[in-house]
Amino acid sequence: MKQYETVIGLEVHVELATKTKIFCGCSTAFGGAPNTHTCPVCTGMPGSLPVLNKQVVEYAMAVGLATNCDIARECKFDRKNYFYPDNPQNYQISQLYKPICTNGHVEIEVNGNKKQIGIHEIHMEEDAGKLVHDPWEDASLVDYNRSGVPLIEIVSEPDMRSSEEVIAYLEKLRTTIQYLGASDCKLQEGSMRADVNLSVREVGSSEFGTRTEMKNMSSFKAIARAIAGERARQIERLEDGLPVIQETRRWDDNKEASFAMRSKEDAQDYRYFPEPDLPPIVISDEWIDNVKAKEPEFKDAKMARYQADFGLPAYDADIITSSKKMADIFEAATAICGDAKKVSNFLMVDTMRLLKDAEMDPEDMSFDPENLAKLIKLVVAGAINSSVASEVYEHVFKENIDPEKYVEEHGLKQVNDEGALRSTVEQVIAENPQSVEDYKNGKTKAIGFLVGQTMKAMKGKANPGMVNEILQELLK
Amino acid sequence: MSLLSLTAVELGKKIKSHEVSVAAAATAVMDSIEKKDAELNCFITKLDRDAVLKRAEEVQKAIDAGELTGPLAGVPVAIKDNMNTKGVLTTAASKILGNFVPTFSSEAVVNLEKAGCIIVGKTNMDEFAMGSTTETSHFGATKNPWDTNKVPGGSSGGSAAAVAAGEVPFALGSDTGGSIRQPSGYCGVTGMKPTYGTVSRYGLIAYGSSLDQIGPIAKDVTDVATILETIASHDPKDSTSVKREDYDFTSALVDDVKGMKIGIPRDYLGEGIEPEVKDAILAAAKKLEAKGAIVEEFDLSLVEYAIPAYYLIACAEASSNLERFDGVKYGYRTESYEELHQMYKKTRSEGFGAEVKRRIMLGSFILSSGYYDAYYLKALRTKAMIKKAFDEAFAKYDVILGPVAPTTAPELGSSLSDPLKMYLSDIYTISVNLAGLPGICLPCGYDNAGMPIGLQLIANNFDDKKVIRAAYSFEQSREETRESQYLASED
Amino acid sequence: MANVIDDETIDYVGILAKLELSDEEKEQAKADMARMLDYVDTLNALDTASAEPMTHIYPINNVFREDVVVNSDGSEESLANAPKAKENQYVVPKTFA
Repeated sequence: MKQYETVIGLEVHVELATKTKIFCGCSTAFGGAPNTHTCPVCTGMPGSLPVLNKQVVEYAMAVGLATNCDIARECKFDRKNYFYPDNPQNYQISQLYKPICTNGHVEIEVNGNKKQIGIHEIHMEEDAGKLVHDPWEDASLVDYNRSGVPLIEIVSEPDMRSSEEVIAYLEKLRTTIQYLGASDCKLQEGSMRADVNLSVREVGSSEFGTRTEMKNMSSFKAIARAIAGERARQIERLEDGLPVIQETRRWDDNKEASFAMRSKEDAQDYRYFPEPDLPPIVISDEWIDNVKAKEPEFKDAKMARYQADFGLPAYDADIITSSKKMADIFEAATAICGDAKKVSNFLMVDTMRLLKDAEMDPEDMSFDPENLAKLIKLVVAGAINSSVASEVYEHVFKENIDPEKYVEEHGLKQVNDEGALRSTVEQVIAENPQSVEDYKNGKTKAIGFLVGQTMKAMKGKANPGMVNEILQELLK
Repeated sequence: MSLLSLTAVELGKKIKSHEVSVAAAATAVMDSIEKKDAELNCFITKLDRDAVLKRAEEVQKAIDAGELTGPLAGVPVAIKDNMNTKGVLTTAASKILGNFVPTFSSEAVVNLEKAGCIIVGKTNMDEFAMGSTTETSHFGATKNPWDTNKVPGGSSGGSAAAVAAGEVPFALGSDTGGSIRQPSGYCGVTGMKPTYGTVSRYGLIAYGSSLDQIGPIAKDVTDVATILETIASHDPKDSTSVKREDYDFTSALVDDVKGMKIGIPRDYLGEGIEPEVKDAILAAAKKLEAKGAIVEEFDLSLVEYAIPAYYLIACAEASSNLERFDGVKYGYRTESYEELHQMYKKTRSEGFGAEVKRRIMLGSFILSSGYYDAYYLKALRTKAMIKKAFDEAFAKYDVILGPVAPTTAPELGSSLSDPLKMYLSDIYTISVNLAGLPGICLPCGYDNAGMPIGLQLIANNFDDKKVIRAAYSFEQSREETRESQYLASED
Repeated sequence: MANVIDDETIDYVGILAKLELSDEEKEQAKADMARMLDYVDTLNALDTASAEPMTHIYPINNVFREDVVVNSDGSEESLANAPKAKENQYVVPKTFA
């Protein structure tokens, strides 16, 4: 069988974190009742006109600068014409002829290999409304709350060859954009969406094969599955002597298959032309410099600094900096308690576990880093032991409680009183003759059980180091 | 003299001096509409009498309290039906918007209301302003008050005819390719398309967004300047609205053209123009020359290219602007349909008239894959060259003078059978929109049948005041204009 | 007549423009469009190579609004003219296969 190479380019849509829509003063907040965040502009009323939100331009520029793009000195909006009920004007205001950013790249790393992925362009456009199916009437219902929410579309070059590269590229874009504060980039909620352009060709061929575009993947895993599925489908067709048809396909992650979105009424001829209602945008060097000056420290730089300044291992620094929120918590808590290593441990162990249990995006953590710092101070001062600390941290994480008050109120202070510890240990030894004997017969592990029993007897508040010492002494 | 023969400014003065009450003015106007409009059909919607009188009472109070002191306070007005009026049916003369009641008013209308004007109705027009005769309206043709067998021109035919007939003192129109100036010419009234961006387009139902501009239609130049001063504003809701240095258009009402350089494009007097129209235009030029203007003929190049460039640009923009009429959010939806695209197609095919469909089809075609460069880009390049030709002309002349149309108003029913011929009659007005220029049309004589002939004066971008001054000066030297049979019958 | 518009083209434009023409209208549209294209083809006599396409007449640019919420609940106004609405939403024929 022939060997095939997969060629992938991505069109990534990112919803920008502006307060208002791109062309009107309606809120972009999630969760409003249907059509409550609407006005004549974003519902396409006759006579309404768009006025551009300046912040959209600044976010688009910031993302372009962070991805090494050239920023256009003059850019314009164009109309993309197609009929669909989620698109109230039946044209989308987008950019085709003069996009704001072009010719950029980002560096990704897969299995230790570094690679540059080219960015063809980034353009600004408006999002569509939401359609939901109404089973009672076998009709669809339209809500324009999302209509006009600003998007940037980041179009890559066809530089990726595997789903690992695709995911590394998406992770790179996501952290970069999150660091800029330009978007929260959540795939699940649709604030980051990736359309995959994929073709296959025989290894060694310099020509590209015919590509398809796949939409509707809402997680990295779904993207990986869609890539594998589409690669297999295209190879199968080629092996059967059938051509790959250039088309848009919808990925159904439940069925693990894609389906062509073709329709006779869907000519895919968008009749782009310059938007006459919006004058051009002229971008000066000074404006670019201003945006550049506001650029934050990005992941790679942060990671290097955490290793150099705080002595974090590369692995830990990578995990912590992969979320802007996590890095912010790390820095804030470290600044207060001065113990980077301990903060890192809380993030790497307890936090990762809690996030996983709650299936939560790190960006959604909302506790005060000061409370983590206070907790660490309690540990360092020996006021609580580490298992109590874990328990208290869960409350910090979930309810943002003040650990000092919480420990006080719940009587969780560590018992360091030797007299009290000794009498409990003596009692535990008396109650567990079998373990004592095992220990004396050389089963040194048995001491662990006795420590555990002592901790239990003291409701977890015993100083574990002291318990250990007393046990060793009494069992000699 | 009847109230209805007064200009808007004259009526405003009588209201201010309490010689005439706001209610009396409104009543006279509504009675006049009631009497004449059954035949002329200038209006699509007449406002409820009680509502108008209630508004008149409020305005009267504000005038009496000294809160409303402007020249148009209390003066009744009609609005072309492609401008949104909050709570009042706004159809753009189309079946597809036959039941549309806007939730907000156009900025120009808001400005009139702030000035104390009393809106009495919405005027007829070509459907979506696409036409030159007001015959493409879903609500029937408007007739010319000078001769009811003739068209009033278009697309603002209802506004122009209503003013000419004395149904209202003044009206707003919109001008995409001559739609204020040409009907003003055919109806013997004065209408002006200001520099693009002078009046906000917010609330104007778009036809060709880069060309559309709202302007006044009234009885004389003083009215036009006064109304323009009232409706012009820099509007942050319209990104193409311009913050002008001057809004004091009435300051240009000066009878002085000494030393003003006026150019007459030779191409505007060549093939196709009726001799009577040509004579009237040249006689008007002589009058201005006699007042000290320097008048000469010159070659304005590219005249023959304006119409094809215009129709490409206007139809392309229209095809996109009219996509929103789809039966989903407002307006007409077809009775029966089985699926989405059928609903779209049936709604639009039943909701739009023939001329609108013709322009949408052409616009969609020229923007479609493979044709964009050859047609649309070519038209935009031509537009740039036309603009440059005007720049060169205005380096030499303050004002360009010419006819507004090659003929006087044609017979009803004579134009629609040949759309291309209808398009060609826009030859003197269209390039003004392509270049965004200000242009005014005012009466300058009559043909042998007694139909009015329109004189057009054009100036460079933002030189609206030059147009007003030249027009005002000509008006001062003009023999008394006659009144249309409908207005004359008042006395 | 240099331009000939065939049935396929008219049908295609009908799909783009969402217009359904009767056979009679179609014939008329083919003739009208061909005639109009013949006419606009007169532009071909003009050498426009040196001119930049002009989309906006004035050198006005950077017309922005600040990112401040100014609109409140607009659902009632938005839906005031809806041909068919349900639970504050517009009703359209189903869009899901």
